[in-house]
Amino acid sequence: MAFGKPDLGSITPKGAAFDPALVNKMMGKFGHGGFLNMEYVGHGDDWVELAIDWREDLVADPDTGILASAVIISLMDNATSMSIWTKLGEFRPQVTMDLRIDYLRPSPSGERVYGRGICYHLTNSIGFVRGFAHNGNPDEPLAHVTGTFIRIGDRIS
Amino acid sequence: MIDKPALPPYARALDMDIVDEIHGAPVIGMPFADRVQGRPGFLHGGAISGLLEIAAIAAIHQALRAKGSDSNIKQVNVTVDFMRGGLNQMTYAVGEVTRLGRTMANVEARAWQEDRDKPIAMGYMHYLIKARTA
Repeated sequence: MAFGKPDLGSITPKGAAFDPALVNKMMGKFGHGGFLNMEYVGHGDDWVELAIDWREDLVADPDTGILASAVIISLMDNATSMSIWTKLGEFRPQVTMDLRIDYLRPSPSGERVYGRGICYHLTNSIGFVRGFAHNGNPDEPLAHVTGTFIRIGDRIS
Repeated sequence: MIDKPALPPYARALDMDIVDEIHGAPVIGMPFADRVQGRPGFLHGGAISGLLEIAAIAAIHQALRAKGSDSNIKQVNVTVDFMRGGLNQMTYAVGEVTRLGRTMANVEARAWQEDRDKPIAMGYMHYLIKARTA
């Protein structure tokens, strides 16, 4: 692999509680998360909030400057994925099975976009998630998301 | 001859390009690179979704042009099914407009790598069709 970086298992020591801020230093600074420069905002028992700053090269339409909708998918994919590990208390390998996004309104030019992912149910193999994106006021969401993740293999450590 | 409309800044930033066409719809290619990588060695689900959305939008613009329409579109939602991990190679996507009505359109987009019969992801989108006001 040309794009060397440690995998998540190696920075989340076995027995240590899952730390979304620490893990985002990797997920948000390398690869696609690094390209979008995802930042950790906060977390609770079953949720994680991340954010992406508006950038000219992330827009869908140069005339309006509105953010490409796929940027919001990436943000919600990472935030919901991390909400599962947060609820679980540890990292385990998983992949996105499906995601559905409803776009209530566009994310305007120049505005930072926040994505809050919530894990509302966990089974041995599936993480059920929902979440929403906003521009700073969670009471004014711009998108809603629901999805599922499936566990692959066992814990890497 | 492939009609090559300009892709949005987001698509250009991820090095997407129109590489072919299938039934008139543009095929969008996206090379593997660190900027589209998720877990090591695999494409990020968001980058795959982005490729699907760009292909869907290109397909619907093409379908509208074929009808002689200059309407705007607005995406309402998308459901993405992830079927296979995206590997370190070129990824392609094409959209198919399954229904184009006066007020909305249903679009299905498929992303694949070596074999179009083995999609790595499928996207199902709804778009609002908005006539330009003169």
